[in-house]
Amino acid sequence: MGLLQNYFSTFLQGFGYTLLSSVVALVGSMLLGTLFAIMQVLPTRWMQIVGNIYVQIFRNIPLLIITLFLYLAVAKVVKMNGFTAGTIALTLYTSAFIAETVRAGILSVDSGQMEGARANGLKFGQAMRYIVLPQAFRVALPSLGNQFINLVKNSSILAFVGGLDLMYQGNMVAANSFDTFTAYIIVGIFYLVLTLPLSYYMQYLEQHLKAKA
Amino acid sequence: MEKAKKRRFGIIATIILAATLILGLLWATATAEKNAKHQDTLSRVEKQGKIIWGVKADTKLFGLMNTKTATPVGFDVDIAKALTVQISKQTGVPMSAEYVPVSSASKIQLLKNTNIDGTVSTMTITPERAKVVDYTDSYFNAGQSILVKKGSEIHSIQDMNDPKYTVLVVVGTTAAKETKKFAPKANVVALQDYASAMQALKAGQGQAMSTDNAILYGFANENPDYQIVGGNFTNGPYGIAFDHDQKPMVDQANRALATIKENGIYNQLIEKWFSQVPGLDWRDLEV
Repeated sequence: MGLLQNYFSTFLQGFGYTLLSSVVALVGSMLLGTLFAIMQVLPTRWMQIVGNIYVQIFRNIPLLIITLFLYLAVAKVVKMNGFTAGTIALTLYTSAFIAETVRAGILSVDSGQMEGARANGLKFGQAMRYIVLPQAFRVALPSLGNQFINLVKNSSILAFVGGLDLMYQGNMVAANSFDTFTAYIIVGIFYLVLTLPLSYYMQYLEQHLKAKA
Repeated sequence: MEKAKKRRFGIIATIILAATLILGLLWATATAEKNAKHQDTLSRVEKQGKIIWGVKADTKLFGLMNTKTATPVGFDVDIAKALTVQISKQTGVPMSAEYVPVSSASKIQLLKNTNIDGTVSTMTITPERAKVVDYTDSYFNAGQSILVKKGSEIHSIQDMNDPKYTVLVVVGTTAAKETKKFAPKANVVALQDYASAMQALKAGQGQAMSTDNAILYGFANENPDYQIVGGNFTNGPYGIAFDHDQKPMVDQANRALATIKENGIYNQLIEKWFSQVPGLDWRDLEV
């Protein structure tokens, strides 16, 4: 554990970048994902098609390729460093999965809910916002929790593009100290520190909402 | 009441699971350490009739994967082959050479785990590394330099000493540690391998790539738009590495190395790999 003491600030810096990237990507992918989920259930045909193409593209390309494409190709046009490229890639990739999860949630809400809301004079947007989405999220919650945990773990992609995250710093510590074994165990524990509370919180939220319903 | 019971069970189960994991890991560490000790590399390679060499697969001129034959080729690979032949002669045990691609970051761990017996992989001899592995005599003289795009305003590593510049390096190389000493204000971004570092340089993610001059020559050769500037600012001889405390193996390798230097095989290999490189005086490298 001397390794942890010697390189504590390095690990902590990596932890900070991983946390920042995860939070940004979580909020971003939640917004984008919900947007594309709604697009896919709209009555307008072309919106459905656009939403579907987006989801299929980002869901079916490996995250590493999206990241390297942003870092090595897109960066020639729009300047971005490894951290930015990795976080954007993470957001795009995760949003496709979240879109599918939320869409399934929306479809699980009985169509009578939407019809009833519209019959009572709510506009489509209002009915979506106040009646359908809250029920959809409740259904989608367990799989959303999975997506969030995957997101935190997938943020290790930043290490491949010099994104200064936990995995990147872990590689550096392993290379400098020649103690690969301990370095990666410490990195693993730091990831647990992020993902365990997240997964317990998701469980709590599930129970809480179930009790409320 | 029922709920509290369930929760208590959950907590206890979690603690037991965590404890098992930690104890398991401690046991694994101890066993791994035990395995790493008291293993004589020379007797192992003699017994298995082959030497497994760790070589680079992403470094032009030294060790680059030939995608058609799926084997790495380069100066390091040929040195490993020549040493294997020579060691076989010395020990009287016929041995073949096998090559495993390693990265700068993984090679020491692979040696410790005995996945490879030795490594010839553009590895600079440093005092820190010499504490964990055994080195032979130097087989190649290199030094750190920088590669920039032609027409760049950067002419030496000192020009990079500014927070607006980024130097690209590879994880686990000496350059990753040394660059900060020469350009303390510059950003240093470490990538996974030389190929991605070169791609990142082309994408403008950094203004220069830094590593040993000999490796940079390989890239300059492939990418005529890029050039090496400022000469060498460090001196880093390459050594062949074995696991720690492997004196018999190191002695054999040193003897073999001295022999191939004497009988001209070494110079033939230098000519084979470095005579075509523009800007490099390969006759300087001969012994």
